[in-house]
Amino acid sequence: MKWAKFVSALSIIAIIWAVFAGEAVVKKTPRTDRRIVVTYWEKWGDFEADAMRAVVDDFNKSQDRIFVDFQSVTNIGQKAMLATSGGIPPDVAGLFGPNVAQYAYNNAVIPLDELAQEAGIKREDYITQYYDICTYRGKLWALPSCPASTALHYNRKMLADAGWDPDNPPKTIEELTRLDEMVFKKDGDTIKKMGFLPTDPGWWPWAWSGVFGGKLWDGESKITMTTPENIEAFTWMGSFAKRYGTATVQSFQQGFGSFKSPQNAFMDNKTATVLQGVWMANFIEKFNPELDWGAVAFPYPEDRPELANSTIIDLDILVIPRGAKHPKEAFEFIRYVQTQAAMEKLCSGQKKQSPLANVSEEFIKNHPNPFVELFQDLASSPTAYSTPKTPIWPQWADEIKSATEVINGRIEAEENQGSVRAALQAVQDRMQPKLDNVIRRERALGIYPEKGSVAN
Amino acid sequence: MKLSSQSKAGLLFALPWFIGFSVFLLYPLLRAFYNSFTEYTVLTPAVWIGGENYQALMKDKVFWQSLGNTFYYAIFAVPLSTIVAIGLALLLNTKVKGQAFYRTFFFLPALVPAVPMAILWLWLFNGEKGIVNYGIQVLNDHNWLFQVPKPNWLGDKTVAKNVLVIMSTWTVGHAMVIYLAGLQQVPLALYEAADLDGASPIRKTFKITLPMLSPVIMFNVIMSIITSFQIFTQPYIMFPGGAPERSTYFYSMYIYDAAFRDNNMGYASAMGWIMFLIIFILTFFARKYMDKKVHYEAN
Repeated sequence: MKWAKFVSALSIIAIIWAVFAGEAVVKKTPRTDRRIVVTYWEKWGDFEADAMRAVVDDFNKSQDRIFVDFQSVTNIGQKAMLATSGGIPPDVAGLFGPNVAQYAYNNAVIPLDELAQEAGIKREDYITQYYDICTYRGKLWALPSCPASTALHYNRKMLADAGWDPDNPPKTIEELTRLDEMVFKKDGDTIKKMGFLPTDPGWWPWAWSGVFGGKLWDGESKITMTTPENIEAFTWMGSFAKRYGTATVQSFQQGFGSFKSPQNAFMDNKTATVLQGVWMANFIEKFNPELDWGAVAFPYPEDRPELANSTIIDLDILVIPRGAKHPKEAFEFIRYVQTQAAMEKLCSGQKKQSPLANVSEEFIKNHPNPFVELFQDLASSPTAYSTPKTPIWPQWADEIKSATEVINGRIEAEENQGSVRAALQAVQDRMQPKLDNVIRRERALGIYPEKGSVAN
Repeated sequence: MKLSSQSKAGLLFALPWFIGFSVFLLYPLLRAFYNSFTEYTVLTPAVWIGGENYQALMKDKVFWQSLGNTFYYAIFAVPLSTIVAIGLALLLNTKVKGQAFYRTFFFLPALVPAVPMAILWLWLFNGEKGIVNYGIQVLNDHNWLFQVPKPNWLGDKTVAKNVLVIMSTWTVGHAMVIYLAGLQQVPLALYEAADLDGASPIRKTFKITLPMLSPVIMFNVIMSIITSFQIFTQPYIMFPGGAPERSTYFYSMYIYDAAFRDNNMGYASAMGWIMFLIIFILTFFARKYMDKKVHYEAN
């Protein structure tokens, strides 16, 4: 009978739990003031979320008609999509720039052209590169929140130790390669230091194309993986594995801690330079405040100075999912975020630059990142580039990542560029039919612009 | 048809299971079968395209590669983990001091959730700082046996899959417990008879223990085939994107990517159904083959 009592005790606990949990799930915070509640899902947690929450609070205080309910949601790319397909989307979702094409293509967000026009929001209000991230096939699907751009971060002490003038960091790809050879140090089979390592952090394996002036596609219907520029770019990427040995470089890289840790290769004095974004300053401050560092535009190929000031631009965006209950009110909030005061508060809180064309002096002066002006300027550089705007991009990016693994794994053993070409050709062969399929479907749906109309 | 009150009660008690089965298994299964003949992106209605998904799969290199990787894993992981589980069960069945402690001890790894375990193994097999290569280094430094190469476990495409095979022996705890329970069923009289005939312990193991254990082995092998074809969590965490060069890209990872990265539910459903058929056929033959060899006490 002891067991019977034990089991019934457990059941009682289970029932009590169900009542409490059930109540928590079902119960909604009632608003007594009859405001319209706009639910807002945002991808960020941590201090980035705090910065956005502060802006939301300001908005809620600024008027008494709408209340924005801010929720920090992980893995938002999928959750927002599934919630939308289930008919219960949030009113506003904070996604990533490359999501625009995927969401627009899948009919998961509503176009904002009319609402933006009514509100007097124009492309010229923004650094146009950022505004363009929000469009797909000629329509506006999102508006910016925080932007980012990238630059070469360098460790002044490591440069000096290697005999490189720290006030004159590498300007060209050739100089960067030379710096790497000067910094490089090996102990037996183990690499101790490198000047630059293209696979760290490895977040943008496709980006070398842009550095060498290559294009991944024509912006509309043709993928162009095997152009001479791309082959040159990925050959340079692979030259590090070729020089030092694939396995040796891999072992070196496996010794790195995670990005957000003091064992980050750059903060741990293992790599003298790194391609990183505007957010890097914040992590240096957090994990190695002693580090003496600087940032400059990423180097360009010596023989093509017109490619100077290249940068990867990326953007956080705000969208209204299809089926949102209060799209008008949602847009009112998005519009509020676009005002200069709100945007600057948000972006300095998230320690990034601003996507707006006009930036106040205080924003630059009080910004926690000493190099914010560099990132701000780089974003409007004509050589800035971002991810191709197509719904197949996530898969395409994975294919390119796989291709870089193939290149790094095989380049060591061979003299010519055979593996680079073959790997890029494989990406081309795999992705072009998928892009054709997207266009076929877009034609059927009437969202593919026919010749002569606006591309992208 | 009139049901006795007892049958009614029985059905009533089975109802929650039946509802759960229909809603969460049967319907999705049938729906996935339908979806596999459509182009379906979740947000727009599914469009019937006949067998196009299946045709495309046959031509898809990554499909064949992931299928090959999965077969490789299953072919080595299933026998290896079976042998380790039976071996451990036999050892833990011997009457030694602290038997209960050892049994708990060897079951413990099975309690570690998959994600922390994957991260832990990532560090053990780290090419530069991992304890596995450190151990090999110590061995080499002492010149005990011969010089053992230190593979780049996670970065070398010929080695990476085998890390997962080795890991599969780490989670044999559940199978081990089932074998242990099976060992308790073996009648002592058989051993006594064998002792009278002067049989050696090894002979007893092969002539009495393993034959008597065969129904349990069959159950565990089938379960192990099913789970190894579904391997997902560990490689997904340890080798993002199936790195290096997709050598650790397994079938279920491709299904996941097709469904949730590419929003290509039709394609993913087709893959899911092919997987279902593969497992179904394998299980069928495993049963058919082993049924002949299995010793059931009731017979």
